[in-house]
Amino acid sequence: MTKLVNRKMTFNTKYRQLLEFVVEAIIRISGYSAVVFVGLIFLFLMQESLPTFGEIQARDLWSQRWYPIENYFGVLPLLSGSLIITLGAALIAIPFGLMTAIFIAEIAPLWLREILKPLVEILGGVPSVVLGFLGITVLAPLVREELYLPTGLTAFTGAVLLAGMAIPTIVSVAEDALDAVPKAYRDAALALGATRWQTIWRVTLPAARSGVLTATMLGIGRAIGETMTVMMVTGNAPQMVSGLGSLFISLRTMTATIAAEMGEVANGSLHYHVLFSIGLILFLISLTVNIAASAVLFRARKRTERLLS
Amino acid sequence: MRVTGRRYIIIIFVIGALALSACGAEISRSQNANMVDSVTLTNKGSDTIVNLALAWAEAYHVTYPNISVSVTGGGSGTGIAAMINGTVDIANASRKMKEKEVANAKENGFVPVEYVIARDGIAVIVNPQNPINRLTLQQLSDIFSGKITNWVDVGGENRPIVCLSREVNSGTHVYFLESVVRMGNKNDETFFSPSTLLLPSSEGITSEISHNPNAIGYDGLGYVTDAVKTVAVSPSDDGLYIIPTIKTVIDNTYPISRSLYMYLPEEATGYTKDYIDWIYSEEAQSIVEELGFVPVN
Amino acid sequence: MIRLSRHHTERIAFSVIGLAAVATAVPIIVIVGSIFFSGAEAVSWQFLLEMPRDGMRSGGIWPAIIGTVYLVVGTGLISIPLGIASAIYLSEYATDSYWTRMIRLAIVNLAGIPSVVYGLFGLGLFVLFLDLGSSIVAACLTLSIMTIPVIISTAEEALRSVPQSFRVVSVGMGATRWQTIRRVVLPQALPGILTGVILGLNRAAGETAPILFTGAAFFLPKLPNSIFDQTMALPYHLFVISTQVPEMPITIQYGTATVLITFVLTMNILAASVRSWQRRKREW
Repeated sequence: MTKLVNRKMTFNTKYRQLLEFVVEAIIRISGYSAVVFVGLIFLFLMQESLPTFGEIQARDLWSQRWYPIENYFGVLPLLSGSLIITLGAALIAIPFGLMTAIFIAEIAPLWLREILKPLVEILGGVPSVVLGFLGITVLAPLVREELYLPTGLTAFTGAVLLAGMAIPTIVSVAEDALDAVPKAYRDAALALGATRWQTIWRVTLPAARSGVLTATMLGIGRAIGETMTVMMVTGNAPQMVSGLGSLFISLRTMTATIAAEMGEVANGSLHYHVLFSIGLILFLISLTVNIAASAVLFRARKRTERLLS
Repeated sequence: MRVTGRRYIIIIFVIGALALSACGAEISRSQNANMVDSVTLTNKGSDTIVNLALAWAEAYHVTYPNISVSVTGGGSGTGIAAMINGTVDIANASRKMKEKEVANAKENGFVPVEYVIARDGIAVIVNPQNPINRLTLQQLSDIFSGKITNWVDVGGENRPIVCLSREVNSGTHVYFLESVVRMGNKNDETFFSPSTLLLPSSEGITSEISHNPNAIGYDGLGYVTDAVKTVAVSPSDDGLYIIPTIKTVIDNTYPISRSLYMYLPEEATGYTKDYIDWIYSEEAQSIVEELGFVPVN
Repeated sequence: MIRLSRHHTERIAFSVIGLAAVATAVPIIVIVGSIFFSGAEAVSWQFLLEMPRDGMRSGGIWPAIIGTVYLVVGTGLISIPLGIASAIYLSEYATDSYWTRMIRLAIVNLAGIPSVVYGLFGLGLFVLFLDLGSSIVAACLTLSIMTIPVIISTAEEALRSVPQSFRVVSVGMGATRWQTIRRVVLPQALPGILTGVILGLNRAAGETAPILFTGAAFFLPKLPNSIFDQTMALPYHLFVISTQVPEMPITIQYGTATVLITFVLTMNILAASVRSWQRRKREW
C-alpha cells in the first residue's frame, strides 16, 4: 500500500516537473518575443529596401522630385514635410502639454485633477481617423477662412491635429515624472520661504527634467509616426519645405506616402522597394528617438541611485 | 474565497470573449443557412469604378445570394498589381494596362484579359461661386502644370488657384496627365505642379471644391454633384466648348473621356464568367447610368 | 523696468499655466461632445445591426462592427498569452543582465514604431511571404505585434507590484516557482494585467494604418466566413465613408464616428474602473 502511494507520488512529481519545465521554457521563449519582433521588423525592412540601392543612385533618392509613376524617387520633399509638420506639432504640443502636466501635478485642486486626468486620457484614446474626420469637416475650412489661406488642407492643419495626438503622451509621462519627485524636496523649498511657483520652477521641474525630456521625445515620436490624420488633412503635395512659412502650404509626409501608395505597387518593383526604404527611415527615426529617450531616463536613474547610496 | 472571486472574473472575461465571437459566427452562419456553397469573388482597383463595382456587387448578391463580391478601391495600379500578384480575381482599372504590367503578368505565367465595362467622362470642376464657366485644354494644362497661378489669368476673379488631383496611383491621374497636362503629346515632359494637392480619393476632391472657391479639380462624371460646378472644355481655341454629359461622351465630342476596364488573369470561367456576363446585362448597365457613368451598349 | 514681486510672478505664472490647461481641456470636450451631439441622431438599433445599403449611403454598419470585434478577439487570442508570458518572464525570471536590458529596450522601441511601418511589415511578412493574403489572420497578427508592448509593460508593472513577501512565503511553504506564480502572483496581479490587456486591445480597435494593406475591405456584401477572408472594420469604414464615397450623408459619418468613439471610450472607462477597483481591493 505504501509502495503504491509512493509510486503514484513519484509519477505525480515527475509529471509536475515535466509540466513545469515546459511552462518555464515557454515563458522564457516568450520573454524574448519583443526582441525577436524588433529584429524581424528590422530585417524585413532591410531586406525589402536594399534592392533600391542596386537600381538607383543615392543621389536620385536625395533629390527634390517625388513622382513615382515616372521613376522620380526624390525623398527630400517627404522627409522635410514630415519634419516640419512634426516641428509644428511639437511647437504646439510641448508648451501646452508640459503646462497641463504641471497644472495637474502641482497646481490644480484634487477635484480638478480628477477631472483633467481622465479627460486627457480620453484624448489619447480617440482613434486617429476620428481626428482626421473632424480635421476635414471642421478644422480645415476654419483654417482656410480664418487665416485667409488658399486652402485649409495644409501642414499647419496636420500639425494642430498631431499636437492633439502628442499631448496625452507628453502629459502622462511628464506628470508621472513630476509626481515621482519626493515630497521632501517641495517641503524643504517651501519651508525656506519660496513661493509655490518658485518651488515648481527652481526645484520640482529641475528634479524631474529627465522625465520631462523623455515625455517630449516620446510625444514627438508619436507625432512623426502618425499616418491617417496627416493623410486626410495635409493635402499631400510633395513640395519642398523652405522655412517655417511652409507650414501654411500643403505638404506630403513619409507616412502618408506609404499609406497612399503601398497598395498600388507590384511586389518587387522599384517603387515597392523605395516605399520600404521610407519605412526603414521611419523605423530608424523612431528607434533613435526611443533609444535616446530611454538613455536619458536610464542615466537619470543611475544618478538618483548614486545620490541615494 | 478571494482567489475564487478573482477566478470568476477571468471566467467571465473569457466567456464574454467567446460569446462575442460565437454570436458573430452564429450570425454569419444564419446568413449562409440556405446556401449550398458560398463563393467570394475578390474585386479591387480603380477608385473611379469602386462605387459602380460596389453597386454591382450589391445587386448581384441580391439575385445570387450564394455569390459575394468583395470590393476594394485603392487605384487602378493597385488592382492590376494585386491581380498580377494573384491576390484578387478581378482588377478594376480606369486605364489600359501598361506594357510593363502585361510583361509582369507574363512573367507570372498568364496573359490578362481585358473587358471594357463602361465609359466615363472626366469633368473639370470648380466651386459654384467661381465665375469661370469654360476653359480650353491649353489653359487647363497651364493651370495644372503651374504656369497659371491666379484665376485672373483665365478671366476670373483675383484669387490664387488651388489645383486638386487624385493620388498618383489612380488611373484618372495618369489619364489626366497624359491627355490634359501633356495634351496627348507622348514626348512632353510636363508635370503636375508640385503644389498640386494629391487627395486619396475622388470624394475628397469633390468635397474640398464644394467648400473652397479657389480650387479646381477633376473627377469622373459619376462623382460630380450639385455642390460643384462643371466647366465646359474646348479641345482647341475654336470657341466650341463642350459640357461633359452621357451624350457628349458617347459621341466623343467631349475631349476628356475614356473607357473603364476590368482585367482578369485569364479568360473568364465559372463564377467569374457568370459575373462578367451579368455586368453586360441590361440590369447592370442601367446601374452604370444611374451612377453617372456611360453604358457600353 | 519694474521688478515684479515674487507673489505677482507666481500669480502670472499660475494663470498662464491654468489657461494652457483649460486650452488643452476645452477642445477635448468640444471634440467628443460635438461628435456625440451630431452623431446621436444617426445611431439606432437599425443603424448598428443592418448591412450597409445603397453604396453605404444608407442602412447600417453591422459588418464594420462585427469586423472590428473579430479583429479585437483575434488580436487578443494571440497577444494576451504572449504578452503575459513575456511579462512573467521579465518580472519573475529575468535577472538584470545585458539581455534583459535589450528586451526592455526592444519593448520601448516596439511601442514607438509608427503604425504604418507595422502595416508594411505585416504586408511583407504575413500577406506576401507567409502567403496568408489580405485576411483577418494577417491583420490580427500585425495588430498583435503592435499590441504586445502595451500588454507587456502594464502586466509587468502589475506583477512587480505584488509584494516580494508573498512569493517568499509561498516558496517557503514548498511551492515551486511556477506554482507560486500561478497560484499567488498571477491572481493578485490580475486586475492590473486586465487593465493592460484592455488598453492594448483598445489601440488595436482604433488603428487603421496597420490593417490598410493586411486585411481591411472597402465593402463586403456579407460577413466574413473564415479567418482567411477580408473584413470591414470600424476605423477603416470611417476613413472610407469620410473620404471615398460621393454624396455620403454627414449624419452617417458622424454616426459611425460616434459608435467608434463609444466603443473605444467604453474600453477606456472599463480599464480605469478595473484600475481603481484594484487599488481599493488591494490587501497590502
